[in-house]
Amino acid sequence: MAEYKGIAVYCEVKDEKMLPIAAEGLGIGRKLADELGQELAAVLVGSNAGNLAQQAIAHGADRAYVVDDPLLKDCQTDAYVSVMEKVIGQITPQVLIMGQTDSGRDLAPRLAFRLGVTVTMDCVDLAIDSESKRLLQTKPVYGGNAQAVFTSESNPQMVTIRTKAMTALEPDASRKGDITSIAADLQASDIRTKILDKVVEEVAGIKIEDAEVVVAGGRGIGSAEGFQQLEELAKMLKGAVGASRPPCDNGWLPDTLQVGLTGKIIAPELYFAIAISGSSQHMSGCSGSKTIIAINKDAEANIFRQARFGVVGDWKKVLPAFNEKVKELLAS
Amino acid sequence: MNIVVCVKQVIDPESPPSIFKIDAATNKAEMRGVPPVIDPYGEFAVEAALKVKEAKGGKITVISLGVKLSREVVKKPLAMGADELILLDDEAYVRGDSWSTATALAAAIQKIGEYDLILCGREASDTNAGQTGPGIAEILGLPCVTIARKIDVTDGSARIERVTSDGYDVIEVPIPAVITVSNEIGEPRYPTIKGIMTAKKIEPVIWKPADISLDASKVGTAGQRTRLKKLFQPVYEGKCEFAEGDSAEEAAANLALKLRESKIL
Repeated sequence: MAEYKGIAVYCEVKDEKMLPIAAEGLGIGRKLADELGQELAAVLVGSNAGNLAQQAIAHGADRAYVVDDPLLKDCQTDAYVSVMEKVIGQITPQVLIMGQTDSGRDLAPRLAFRLGVTVTMDCVDLAIDSESKRLLQTKPVYGGNAQAVFTSESNPQMVTIRTKAMTALEPDASRKGDITSIAADLQASDIRTKILDKVVEEVAGIKIEDAEVVVAGGRGIGSAEGFQQLEELAKMLKGAVGASRPPCDNGWLPDTLQVGLTGKIIAPELYFAIAISGSSQHMSGCSGSKTIIAINKDAEANIFRQARFGVVGDWKKVLPAFNEKVKELLAS
Repeated sequence: MNIVVCVKQVIDPESPPSIFKIDAATNKAEMRGVPPVIDPYGEFAVEAALKVKEAKGGKITVISLGVKLSREVVKKPLAMGADELILLDDEAYVRGDSWSTATALAAAIQKIGEYDLILCGREASDTNAGQTGPGIAEILGLPCVTIARKIDVTDGSARIERVTSDGYDVIEVPIPAVITVSNEIGEPRYPTIKGIMTAKKIEPVIWKPADISLDASKVGTAGQRTRLKKLFQPVYEGKCEFAEGDSAEEAAANLALKLRESKIL
């Protein structure tokens, strides 16, 4: 049996760039590797991924493994699973960290089952158990009502991490490390799925995941027109508009603006929750916000448990007056 | 078209967080005083199956795994329009992880033998993992597309819209295939009176591990590859500062002033 040693981070590449979550994975990976006194390896898979190896090393990796193949241009899971199976077989890490992204949600479970292990998805905390030296994998469950700590029975101990839950290191361009190239050995026929189209639903203005201020509304907003008042506030504060699930399911806002466990997970400076009761599944998407401000007619609403400031009242009366006062304060 | 849908009985995720409780001794969670439900994402998978059946005809077989499953709960997909129900219901399945669950479901699907589509929810509302569907695909050697918002079946293949963070991808996959379904597929239909009456008459088929050729060591806790060490509720300080006033308008203005004072605005 191979000896499983070291920490590996799958550094997701998209459009020939390393995603921010890769640096977050390397940040926590570095910490775990130091604690175990082991090496941190970065794995980069894609087309033209080789140029990114040095970037991964600058973010904390001791070495990088690169699989570069034109067939890996799109993230087709069939191809990526077979490539990753080969890479993991070669480097046999004790821990494999991936990102909870569009492709990570697809790739990580497939790869885990291919390797004969499970993966703990969407971890918000990773630590080493002081006695067993096994990885303690903490993730939200029950839609965020609870958190669970898991350990893996076998190796590699696989996890995906939630966006922005871990901290990336400041890149250090002077760091050095070995870069090893691994052949993909892929045939086009290995890929059973075919991507016919990639549809991007453009949203005007700042992207919700990049915005410092997000003004979000819930079921109580009642209509697409209702959201115009939220947009007015977002515009004044140079922010973006978002929503909990019901407004998206009802078509008042595009699905890409849904904040929550199965939508966007964001961490703005300021989050306005307007007519949002604060279900756990929604809070999973916004509880990383620095300050939450809630407007809700129900004083007992869950949202007030996590809000820093609040008003109990009908948003239809509160929001116009609030917007008016904000406008006045910003002008003065 | 033979469609298999995997659904799970869970504690009601739509209940208010205030009645969510954990029994620390057993690491078990409950919604106090509220009966269990079919997992909402599983219901979206049932809805997706019904849409395909409407377009293409065929048979929908629902499988659910658990211990002492409530017949009233697990029969809901039948009342919505599914044709058959298979329950992997036995003490041996108790407290499995995604590995032992996917293993048992895959074995049951193999026993069913004829399948063109295998549908699951994108994740279950209790574990929030999304691992069982892709796991079944790997065990059965099938292609897999996750997080579908639309499924169109043509001859020998399915065209799927897969939800992404900035829109969706259109993916073509040969069938049989495993597809996991997201809420964007559309609101699950309500059972009709006729559906409920039909469901009453359908007796679920029960398969114990031996019926799907699985050793007891492969299912439930014995078949786990993940251990749950601890389950806990995060604590929030709950220090919300309320802006008040004689009217909603006054409270709103006071909120703006508070934010200015705290240098947030």
